[in-house]
Amino acid sequence: MRDVAVVGFAQRQMEEFDGSPTCVELLVPLFAECYEQTGWNRHDIGFWCSGSSDYLAGRSFSFVSAVDAIGVIPPVNESHVEMDAAWALYEAWLKIQTGEVDTALVYGFGKSSAGVLRRTLALQLDPYSMTPLWPDTVSLAGLQARAGIDAGVWDERAMAEVVDRSLTDAEKNEYAIRKGGSSVDELLARPMYADPLRKHDCAPVTDGAAAIVLAAGDRARSVADRPAWISGFAHNVDPISMGNRDLTRSPSTAAAASQVDLTGVEVAELHAPFSHQELVLRTELGLADDVALNPSGGPLAGNPMFTGGLIRLGEAAKRVWDGSADKVLGHATSGPALQQNLLCVMGSTTEGAQS
Amino acid sequence: MPRTLSAPVTVAFDYTRSTGPVIGRFLTGLRDGVVVAGRTSDGEVVVPPLEYDPVTHEATTGFVEVSPVGTVTSWTWVPEPVKGQPFDRPFAFALVTLDGATRPFFHAVDVASPDEISTGMRVQVRWAPERVGAITDIACFEPIGDEADARPAGGGLLEDHLVTRVVTPVSLDYLYAASPEESAFYRGLNEGRILGQRCPTCQKVYVPPRSACPADGTPTAEEVEVSQTGTITTFCIVNVPFLGQKIVPPYVSAYVLLDGADIAVLHLILGVPADEVRMGMRVKAVWKPREEWTYSLENIDHFEPTGDPDADYDTYRHHL
Repeated sequence: MRDVAVVGFAQRQMEEFDGSPTCVELLVPLFAECYEQTGWNRHDIGFWCSGSSDYLAGRSFSFVSAVDAIGVIPPVNESHVEMDAAWALYEAWLKIQTGEVDTALVYGFGKSSAGVLRRTLALQLDPYSMTPLWPDTVSLAGLQARAGIDAGVWDERAMAEVVDRSLTDAEKNEYAIRKGGSSVDELLARPMYADPLRKHDCAPVTDGAAAIVLAAGDRARSVADRPAWISGFAHNVDPISMGNRDLTRSPSTAAAASQVDLTGVEVAELHAPFSHQELVLRTELGLADDVALNPSGGPLAGNPMFTGGLIRLGEAAKRVWDGSADKVLGHATSGPALQQNLLCVMGSTTEGAQS
Repeated sequence: MPRTLSAPVTVAFDYTRSTGPVIGRFLTGLRDGVVVAGRTSDGEVVVPPLEYDPVTHEATTGFVEVSPVGTVTSWTWVPEPVKGQPFDRPFAFALVTLDGATRPFFHAVDVASPDEISTGMRVQVRWAPERVGAITDIACFEPIGDEADARPAGGGLLEDHLVTRVVTPVSLDYLYAASPEESAFYRGLNEGRILGQRCPTCQKVYVPPRSACPADGTPTAEEVEVSQTGTITTFCIVNVPFLGQKIVPPYVSAYVLLDGADIAVLHLILGVPADEVRMGMRVKAVWKPREEWTYSLENIDHFEPTGDPDADYDTYRHHL
């Protein structure tokens, strides 16, 4: 396997973007930041891959319009996934593994506020037994949260602790759109919203975009002092039906974890859009108590659709770049109630790089 | 003035899907007032039945009728229902394990407040007044205080009349915003002007302007008002009627390269018989009456010939 590292990362998050849902306007400056970080221009990028959804944009072929932000004369090598861009990153990593290209720029974008996000996402469910009932994202997460509370796997206090830590850490994150810790007791005193969830248990509806640059071997070394070398990359999926899996567990996360080496991970950025989901992930990943969880504030502070997972990977990579960690984990999720899970382990050396 | 223009948009489509034999049997059951479950190889009884066994991957063939009465195994309150949900007032979504089944089933429960529902509560199916073979044939679940009140299942499946198709209407509402560049274009049209922007890298003038030059990825910045006169670069004679057509065929749709622009705009050509339209023909914009103007390219009713000599091919050959 080739040694591949994350060498560039840029993001934008906002409550409401007042521009076109093609998000070209957001992507152009993000790409410019990536070029600045690497000293490259668009001609140095061997492969482009994006994650987005036309259902979010409310128009067809929005990802084709977004390609304007690249500039495609001469034509570029490009692909797209209708998922969080973390899966686009996986495709780009594979593309580099084939030896066909040495570099890739991966981006995700989405204007969640253009429609009613929790309703729009009902279109990712089973079209026969689920979509006609328009199950919203918050309700499905609420069913999962209740299942864990009833089973005694977690409680409201544990959920509030996740929120308090996240919103406190988010104060240091310039991109966070919800921030400001208080106390667990104060959080628990707030009213229920979608019982058993309070509003702060749910990631805020967020617009935004993000981009990550990947490079192989010496191409990575030539542009970064401490590239975040990918040592493990895996993703798995559980059944989509809410009735055919134990909602208090995440077998797909455990399966992905069994394919990577999490020993010695110091920082984990977990894509848990609902507070209790972080508790599920922590258990399945078996992370030690001293692992720093979501130091960026995580998705409860901002979760742009189709980008939230990619941002977790970028935030984790930044901890390697700045020397504050030698081994980190980025996680992304997709689908209802943690259906799909992706793990990307990164480190400061190529030792232990996936082989 | 807001930075960008925006307008409500509804995207709607009726998805017609074949059901296959397994889901078809389940939906047939709902139509006939019966809940059909499927047996898996490891002894689970699942509602709706799975099309393929999760262990052996064989097609599901073992079906069993389960009770329309069951127990809530998890629930969540829906304080602000969204369009299309079973109720337009607050209600609960729940996982309900029906008597005879081993796996829970997702649907709504009709209760007025979260205090009226709890895990372990007994509920029963409330059937929709008219049933067509869809998941919405179950209107919802409702609590039962006394088991004796539980209504029995329906009378069995009409085997010779199985559901094979289901139509799911999908309608999504958006507030669609134009980019700042597109907004400038539409504001210009509202004033009777056609505005483009020049790419600082390749100097091409885009009409409408774009957030980035598709060739270079460079944001276009310099605003350019282009001429209302231009050249037909290519065209098509529309002879085929279609749903929503506003003009009686035959008519001509053409790319018009406005003088000063590098990208042609698609518009209607009138004032000349369709068979006389040609590449290189010089045309000019004909605007609707001013009182009809809005933020739309339709402010220009059509283009018509100027009567000038045709443009030389070399003037537009790079714009085809």
